Amino acid sequence: MTAPAESMRPAWPNSPAAPRALEPSGARPRRLNPARVGLYAFLAITALFFLTPLYVMVVTSLKELSEIRSGAILSLPLAPTIEPWIKAWSSACTGLSCNGISVGFFNSVAILVPSVIASIAVGALTGYALSFWRVRGSGVLFGALMIVAFVPYQIFIYPLVRVFAFVGINNSIPGIVVIHTIFGLPTMTLLFRNYFVSLPPELFKAARVDGAGFFRIFWSVMLPMATPMIIVAVILQVTGIWNDFILGLVFAGRENLPMTVQLNNIVNSTQGERAYNVDMAATILTALVPLVVYFASGRWFVRGIASGAVKG
Amino acid sequence: MRAIRPRLASRFAALLGLAPALAILVVVYVGCTAWTIWISMTSSRMLPSSNFVGLRQYEALFANERWQVSVGNLAVFGVLFMLVSIALGFLLAVAIDQRVRGENLLRSIFLYPFSMSFIVTGLVWQWLLNPTFGIEKMGRDLGFAAFRFDWIVRQDMVIYTLVFAAVWHAAGLVMAIMLAGLRGIDEDIWKAARIDGLPPWRVYLSVVIPMLGASFATASVLLATSVVRLYDLSVAMTNGGPGVASEVPAKFVMDHLFERGNLGLATAAATSMLITVAAVVGPWLYWQSRRTGRAHA
Repeated sequence: MTAPAESMRPAWPNSPAAPRALEPSGARPRRLNPARVGLYAFLAITALFFLTPLYVMVVTSLKELSEIRSGAILSLPLAPTIEPWIKAWSSACTGLSCNGISVGFFNSVAILVPSVIASIAVGALTGYALSFWRVRGSGVLFGALMIVAFVPYQIFIYPLVRVFAFVGINNSIPGIVVIHTIFGLPTMTLLFRNYFVSLPPELFKAARVDGAGFFRIFWSVMLPMATPMIIVAVILQVTGIWNDFILGLVFAGRENLPMTVQLNNIVNSTQGERAYNVDMAATILTALVPLVVYFASGRWFVRGIASGAVKG
Repeated sequence: MRAIRPRLASRFAALLGLAPALAILVVVYVGCTAWTIWISMTSSRMLPSSNFVGLRQYEALFANERWQVSVGNLAVFGVLFMLVSIALGFLLAVAIDQRVRGENLLRSIFLYPFSMSFIVTGLVWQWLLNPTFGIEKMGRDLGFAAFRFDWIVRQDMVIYTLVFAAVWHAAGLVMAIMLAGLRGIDEDIWKAARIDGLPPWRVYLSVVIPMLGASFATASVLLATSVVRLYDLSVAMTNGGPGVASEVPAKFVMDHLFERGNLGLATAAATSMLITVAAVVGPWLYWQSRRTGRAHA
């Protein structure tokens, strides 16, 4: 036992003491006592519970349909095949057309890119205007945005469909981009406002003294400063917009249905026998973008959730 | 030092910068809400009508059996989902906080479901819970011929399968919030507790949990918002079935708007959802603003 004995830590009974820090450091406990065995058992069992669905998705997608019917859901594929993946990507049927989930993938990309840019641009601009500029009524605006973050979409959907039809952007990519900008506004504004408020006001004052105006300060001073927040915002919006189902279903139009909607159509509205392996391959393909974002971004993802959360 | 006063041009520019947000606020948030509430007080069916009928749509709504089932489901789902997610998330955070090996790996494992959509979550669990090929078959293959786990096709149990899937999706989020809270707690607490001879579980129960009030509040509000919005999961996993056993209010609104062509009833349902959210979030926002107000004072 080499753990430093004197410092205190929150511990299960009898666990070795070690200095407490944000990052675990220093000597690790070497001897396992019953409490620690229990702790690891709890973590291992829960981790298995969390991993099982992902594992089942992958093995199911690699099996022949006959093996799925005869074999066990947890077993490894006897003769792995990537055919379900090819089918899911290029020839699975969504309703009447059979062009695979790839159609949805490209629709989602076409929705995602402009939506992420537009929602972050408007959110950053609003957050900036609300933090440095004493515009009358800005407190009310900010409060209202925070309240709206909690309101269910169902309240707005019918009037928005009518307004969009009137303007002529219903069932189109521009329409769904506007929708994502509207519903991304509260979170994005909160994110950027909280960040700008934390910056030293001297920065802003100096730029004012130099004669820079509203947009100049935003573009040349504040946006470059806000790079970390922009990364967080991109992570939040990419996963959020990619995972959206209801807004894409209502506002994107039949030609532009996003991947989540197409996936649900492939799996849940099939006539006749269901190809579970193709279903699971399509499901993984749909989950791939947010999973890659998640594993690539690491702690940024958590930071995004934490700053996106309305907190005091 | 003289305060810098914005010149007129910049003032105008600042207003211009707020214009998109203002337009969204007025047109969408205020205008559309008012429009929805107005329709809910008319006799609109397929097409909107301006025939005012007072609260008659609400009477019809609360007499509607499918709505009653939806509200009941949401209550059961909401309570169980929040309790289990918060309890599991907190336990995971405490466990991970004991200087375990592979902390980063464990955190990734617990949080990855949250990055995926409810559609993906629903479809995976639909497959796992499939009585013919899923967990039930696995149990029987292991030799338990009478093993039953067919909740997803049973009217009385299906709502619990939604809770299952949703907890899998969200527990990691609670863990991340709680872990951040735990790491912010002062080390000295543990020294003091040791001097007093308190066992760790007592410290967690009577010192740490009260200190994590803000973390619990944040987690609760985030989860509660997703409860009211619950729609995708029900659509993907069960499509409201079997029968109407896993219907939820958001789905009731969508179906009556777009499939059943009953605008009056749909908007009355949407307005009821809004009132529920206001009743939950209003007090919390008030508490938050008072708290921050005091912090500034």
